[in-house]
Amino acid sequence: MKRKEKAILDIRDDLRAADEIVEKHAFKKSALIQILLDIQSRFNWLPRHVLRWLSSRLGVPLVDVYTLANFYEAFSLEPRGAHTIQVCMGTACHVRGAPELLARVSALLGLKPGETDAKQRFTLETVHCMGCCALAPVIQIDGQHYSNPSLRKLQRLINSLEKGEEEAACLG
Amino acid sequence: MPRLTTPTDLANLRKEAITRREATPRCVTICCGTGCLATGATDLAATFEQEIEKRGLEKKVAVRRTGCHGFCERGPIVVILPENVCYLGTRPKDVPEVVDSSLVKGDLVERLLYTDPESGERMVHVDDIPFYKHQKRILLENNVLIDAGNILDYIALGGYSALARALTQMTPEEVLGEVISAELRGRGGGGFPAGWKWETTRNAPGEPKYVIVNADEGDPGAYMDRSLLEGNPHGILEGLIIGGYAIGAYEGYVYVRQEYPLAIKNTSLAIEQAREHGLLGEDLFGSGFDFDVTIHRGAGAFVSGESSALMSAIEGHVGEPRPKYIHTAAKGLWDKPTCLNNVETWANVPFIISKGAEWFRTMGTKGSKGTKIFSLVGKVNNTGLVEVPMGITLRDIVYKIGGGIPKGKKLKAIQTGGPSGGVIPESLLDLPVDFDELTAAGSMMGSGGMIVMDEDTCMVDTARYYVNFLAHEGCGKCVPCREGLRQMLNTLNRITSGRGQEGDVELLEELSEFMQQAALCALGQTAPNPVLSTIRHFRHEYEAHIRDKRCPAGVCVELIAYEIDPKKCQGCGACARNCPVDAIYEAKENVYAIDRGKCIKCGACITACPDKYQAVRKVHAEPVLQPS
Repeated sequence: MKRKEKAILDIRDDLRAADEIVEKHAFKKSALIQILLDIQSRFNWLPRHVLRWLSSRLGVPLVDVYTLANFYEAFSLEPRGAHTIQVCMGTACHVRGAPELLARVSALLGLKPGETDAKQRFTLETVHCMGCCALAPVIQIDGQHYSNPSLRKLQRLINSLEKGEEEAACLG
Repeated sequence: MPRLTTPTDLANLRKEAITRREATPRCVTICCGTGCLATGATDLAATFEQEIEKRGLEKKVAVRRTGCHGFCERGPIVVILPENVCYLGTRPKDVPEVVDSSLVKGDLVERLLYTDPESGERMVHVDDIPFYKHQKRILLENNVLIDAGNILDYIALGGYSALARALTQMTPEEVLGEVISAELRGRGGGGFPAGWKWETTRNAPGEPKYVIVNADEGDPGAYMDRSLLEGNPHGILEGLIIGGYAIGAYEGYVYVRQEYPLAIKNTSLAIEQAREHGLLGEDLFGSGFDFDVTIHRGAGAFVSGESSALMSAIEGHVGEPRPKYIHTAAKGLWDKPTCLNNVETWANVPFIISKGAEWFRTMGTKGSKGTKIFSLVGKVNNTGLVEVPMGITLRDIVYKIGGGIPKGKKLKAIQTGGPSGGVIPESLLDLPVDFDELTAAGSMMGSGGMIVMDEDTCMVDTARYYVNFLAHEGCGKCVPCREGLRQMLNTLNRITSGRGQEGDVELLEELSEFMQQAALCALGQTAPNPVLSTIRHFRHEYEAHIRDKRCPAGVCVELIAYEIDPKKCQGCGACARNCPVDAIYEAKENVYAIDRGKCIKCGACITACPDKYQAVRKVHAEPVLQPS
């Protein structure tokens, strides 16, 4: 019973947070993409109950909300990992060996691009151009760029993230 | 902050800003563009501030975080003003020495200066460095001198005086006339004359009218719009307001992709500051002209950079293009007349108004005036943003500014125009760069990506790369583009994996022609360009893949294998330790070998093998044929 109550409280908190965002955009239907972007950055994905709530709050059919959520790359309809690892596949990176770098990262994490691991620690993504072509091929881990890291360095970076996650799990 | 209501107010504020800037005679400017931030500019700037404070120099030396300087290859970049001394690749540990010699003793830190790779000569000043010397920096020049978070920096350099002039001394028709007579062409890709577009919107019936900055820079490998918005957002705003005045629009939008958080932040800040100073809002400079700007963050879709798609996105819909029986200039955002221009186009406007159309026309070629910013990237020594007058040859860009190809490799081609453009082979290197010449060569100007490719780049793979990109980024609204790209991708995948058949090249050509004629928007119509131009100039590479099942450049993974030369292998084991899938084993004592069944061809072993051995190599391999 207690667990169920907590789940309901969590959902209530989510909807309150969504309401704040909707209010910030003055309930404007035309701001739906901007609202979804804010929801995405608040929750790191677009939870289904929040989208349903949005649909009723804005008076926009749910199908329209899902059309946008599917069309744009910034949105994720599945929970994402705590850490985002992005390999740049821009043209400059491509000619300087991005496919090889992706193969390495993918093998180390055991994930294909777009996948999140079962423990929701990592999400591996590919992106098209981060605008730092001088560092090509480049990988971004939680917002920090690394230029063509060696396998050893990648291992160290991933290990330290894993360790951080374990510590957080122990504390939590 | 008091609102600026007359040009005199602006002139007074400018004087004040200049005095404030000159109060500290020297200034350490640190490039905080995306490239330099990625190499540690944030820490570097903080270290400079601490060191300067520690020595009690803060009254004499200012620290300024500026926009992108362009020479991203050698970042983080530090320029000491007024001497214009340029230090490259500066790290926080170098700071005490730089402060000591450059700021205290008036000396130089030799090892951080640019060294000419040929003569070995050290170059002290920014303008001595060949990368900068051969450029003509007009739009990028302000980036270097301005802290984007401080409107006074822009005003001190004469910012917003073009706006004051336009609003108080010129009629909207005169402003429009000036832009038409400057022959400014849109910098976003198409090269349509900006003045004509403005005029169409101005004359189109319907109120209100809108103006839009297109900063949905989706072309992979191009980042000049990002750098302009991050480094000098006021310059773009000023251009937009002037455009609004000429066109008769009271509302503007800046559409920035959300992948550019710093550009969004700096533009938002700039809009706020402009409002505080009365440069946005009601009755600008007492002219009775009202104007305001809203930022719209793009949620990531290449096709949304197309003008009608972008307008759909601002309206809150899916960013799909609309049929353009009626141009967006007449019926755009919310079906009202809308003028959309690229960031760089707007950035040119204040210069045209303050210096005149005649000045602008002195730069460039017959059909393309002014300068153009390119992002020179790929297999080139000096990667970075370069601003050059139209008409400069590709050879000058790649060799004089770019410093040639790394490791003495041979240049194969230059790709311009992004996914809508094409490749230009080495034989056409003396081609002058302007809108019409590039189009005639089967490529296009595009937004300004310039990707240099050397002998290790496979042209079929390049075509496949772009088609794959477009197939994922297209919206799927029209059948020719959606299905055409899918079939092209299938065919190219077949060719690059060694399953190509005679007739595949002709099939690609047929599909291309069909798409060029039948696709709904410019994205689909130009999508075959990378394929057609690689076939046109590198047909032999396609044939090698199809007939001999070989990738001449050694790129296509299914046609190559990695192998360790047993004669060269010294048994150090570096390759085995760096293999992510444990595919490398010790075949006999001190000689390693690769298990091809396990190998994922990630190249980690080639990088790991010490340069003095070079035992790991790529070889041509028979493709493993799978049932197709």
